[in-house]
Amino acid sequence: MMNKQGRSTHGAADEHAHFETISGDRGLDHEEPLIFEIGRLGKCGVDLPEPEIKHDRLGGLRRRGTVGLPGLSEPEVVRHFVRLSRMNYAIDAGLYPLGSCTMKHNPRLNEKMARLPGFADIHPLQPVSTVQGALALIEQLAHWLKLLTNMPAVAMSPKAGAHGEQCGLKAIKAAHKAHGQKRNVILVPESAHGTNPATAALVGFTVEEVPANERGRVDLAALKAKLGPNVAAVMLTNPNTCGLFENDMREIADAVHKAGAYFYCDGANFNAIVGRVRPGDLGIDAMHINLHKTFSTPHGGGGPGAGPVVLSEALAPFAPLPLIVHYDNGFKLIEDDAEAKARDLKPFGRMCAFHGQMGMFVRAMAYMLSHGADGLAQVAGDAVLNANYVLASLKDVMSAPFGQGPCMHEALFDDAFLKDTGVTTLDIAKALIDEGYHPMTMYFPLVVHGAMLIEPTETESKRALDDFIAVMRGLAEKAQGNDKSRFQGAPFLAPRRRLDETAAARKPVLRWTPSAKSTAQAAE
Amino acid sequence: MRYLPLTETDRRTMLGVVGAKSVDDLFRDVPREAYLTTLVDLPMHAGEIEVERELAKLANRNVAAGSVPFFVGAGAYRHHVPASVDHLIQRSEFLTSYTPYQPEIAQGTLQYLFEFQTQVAMLTGMEVANASMYDGSTAATEAVLMAARVTGKKRIVLSGNLHPHYAETIRTTAETAGLEIVTGKAAAGMGETADHLLDDNTACLVVQNPDFFGSLRDLTPLSDAAHTKGALLVAVVTEIVSLGSVTPPGEMGADIVAAEGQSIGNALNFGGPYVGLFATRSKFVRQMPGRLVGETVDAEGRRGYVLTLSTREQHIRRDKATSNICTNSGLCCLAFTIHLALLGEDGFHKLAGLNHERAVMTADRLAKIHGVEVLTPSFFNEFTVKLSKPAAEVVEKLTKENVLGGVPVSRLMPHDKSMGNLLIVAATELTTPSDIEAFATALTKVLA
Repeated sequence: MMNKQGRSTHGAADEHAHFETISGDRGLDHEEPLIFEIGRLGKCGVDLPEPEIKHDRLGGLRRRGTVGLPGLSEPEVVRHFVRLSRMNYAIDAGLYPLGSCTMKHNPRLNEKMARLPGFADIHPLQPVSTVQGALALIEQLAHWLKLLTNMPAVAMSPKAGAHGEQCGLKAIKAAHKAHGQKRNVILVPESAHGTNPATAALVGFTVEEVPANERGRVDLAALKAKLGPNVAAVMLTNPNTCGLFENDMREIADAVHKAGAYFYCDGANFNAIVGRVRPGDLGIDAMHINLHKTFSTPHGGGGPGAGPVVLSEALAPFAPLPLIVHYDNGFKLIEDDAEAKARDLKPFGRMCAFHGQMGMFVRAMAYMLSHGADGLAQVAGDAVLNANYVLASLKDVMSAPFGQGPCMHEALFDDAFLKDTGVTTLDIAKALIDEGYHPMTMYFPLVVHGAMLIEPTETESKRALDDFIAVMRGLAEKAQGNDKSRFQGAPFLAPRRRLDETAAARKPVLRWTPSAKSTAQAAE
Repeated sequence: MRYLPLTETDRRTMLGVVGAKSVDDLFRDVPREAYLTTLVDLPMHAGEIEVERELAKLANRNVAAGSVPFFVGAGAYRHHVPASVDHLIQRSEFLTSYTPYQPEIAQGTLQYLFEFQTQVAMLTGMEVANASMYDGSTAATEAVLMAARVTGKKRIVLSGNLHPHYAETIRTTAETAGLEIVTGKAAAGMGETADHLLDDNTACLVVQNPDFFGSLRDLTPLSDAAHTKGALLVAVVTEIVSLGSVTPPGEMGADIVAAEGQSIGNALNFGGPYVGLFATRSKFVRQMPGRLVGETVDAEGRRGYVLTLSTREQHIRRDKATSNICTNSGLCCLAFTIHLALLGEDGFHKLAGLNHERAVMTADRLAKIHGVEVLTPSFFNEFTVKLSKPAAEVVEKLTKENVLGGVPVSRLMPHDKSMGNLLIVAATELTTPSDIEAFATALTKVLA
């Protein structure tokens, strides 16, 4: 059998794929030891002059003994990390359908702009008069975020989505306190991201769950029944984690406000509505925006992110330090509580040292300027169209619990189509790896059984979607056709087979040590 | 639009498959009154040329550290980053990958994080480290929360010489988390103590070394005092390069080390993104916040790495999690790992030595100026001077002389009037003798 490029597709089944190489490497796939196993004392990848210190001024605290760091030359370091990089999947290499994560293309212009010395080589505490352009950029980004959400204020310093949640809930806590209210309950739907309840607990609230209805939305009646004098806020993701728009948003907002609570929106899925729906028009009081999702700053293998929080009129005075204010023809930074209070502001505190994720702000700004108002509306439109195309093209062979209406930016499937096949959601995910794809989000949200959440994003072409759809249809057929073997041991063709996570957690090995043999050696 | 691959023909075909009349039709669940029929009032899309031009205009309004004699520190430091670091972290496979939840196709990320954890544990003299936090200040906050979990106590003592932003960040989170914060009195140079504030209800003492003013101190008496009261010692390090010259906190009795790792591999970036380092003793590992990478084997017995102990984390434990953290500082810790791999044992000690050397040179030169008194007898690459005039004004005037001459203490401690004339001065391996001379000349002029 040949694929459409005319190459053999025997792959794992081919006996030649199994022969042992002398090196242990396989073509372009290299095994790579730890730097601690290849480094040698006396080597160095940086040429620095010898320090000349006759009498140190370390107060008797000079470090005795070695740190234990390996020595490597520059070519060895470069090769090591290049080889490591080749063991990673990446959005640049293929479609990355992780629902809820918005793995879109990361434009390289963003990277270039963030590295301009005027942004990258400025210190957070150098005189404010020497960083007016930086403050102008933060204000410009803030302006765009406020207009796109129709919200009057934004706190820029949170460093990630969960950090933004914390910021929003702290503003809510401060607002209740200022009004003499002691409310301690946050209502969270069962479909919420895990960070929502974790953040609520961190900020000192008790969490109560609200069930979903049969349409995958918050059960409005159940929510209303739970609202009361103890409820501080409702925390809702919209579009929600089932990929659906909460169509009762206005009614929820009214009920929440009538009960004296605030309405927090998890903005993780803002990509679906940017430029088309403004959260401020839905009655929201606070929403974090993941710049690393909607506004294309790179995920970088897990960070860094940025999570500015837009705030309503009611919450704006409680925004954390620092604050940027305009004066004459420049900008001033308010970094001190007393100075803020003199301006009738009541910041609840500070989320982090300095002023937030400037490097991410520049990238997001480059992305926003590139798209403009028209491009951003197109982003949401194409993201939603792509997801609906995937949903429509797969729902006859997979099972879509809420497939009757349109979805937003992601398509949710459950494992009903795998019933009695012996193949699980996990198996499908791992088989996708063998097909050259990163798996979709699996087993989340928790409200459907064996969830598979697919978010293609707007930066995938129709051709890329058609290829992916063909693979998913093929896998669904094979799973239903009793071809279990290709699933249950999958992946066969990745740099590693399934890893023993239980062993890793039972006896954690969290660092290399010179004496201990590696787990693999010990197992031999 | 260059980032959007769908053509109008594609869209029409796809709408046909979906069975929708238009893209707007797909948004029919949105309440009509909230669905925009016109574009948001912002500029239209722009090409690379226009975007570069607009952003360069803003960048050019800032004074880049590299363009002037530069002595600003106090929690962020300008160091040289080797060219290969920035090249490697921009490889697609690192830059554009997600959190390594699928370990079979994320060994690159997982292995460097394992190397990072090892390096951090080595530098700090601790047994284990996590895969990083947002930055030093949030790492310190998580350390405080962890100390409360470990000890079951709710009283936190902060040294007065802790970086004020760190203290405020800790205070902000701790107060709604139900913890009580007690803070010592700040003192530049020697003499600040916080150990007298310890009592039997104290969860931890948080102390920075070198401290906010640059002073070095032996943490051993403080850790002894804390341990006597059943409290933990949390050591904060904002200049991680110092550990190439200075005894690590792990050898002075620290139970948790929370540090800022920006100095290795990462640019100043106006304050972020940075990389928080978090290290502790093995016995506390299950109380640690943040992601952890562990070694294991795959189905064929080959060594590999996975995210582990995730039962601590929010996506499993929800409101019972040790932390709400769902991010590490991936690319920044990659930069840290690569830079430290390039430095190695020899390079790291040399780098630290150069920092100390340049700071000593700077301090000795400034001490000769009339109206300058160096307050910090022992320091690494940063020290505090007392000026004959208010430091904030002096720094503004130095700016006019094209010198970025340090951080006035009053910017971060505006309420302590005794601090008005204090200036924190940092030097690194990038500081040249001519920079020092230019600084001295300008300062002499401004103080005259």
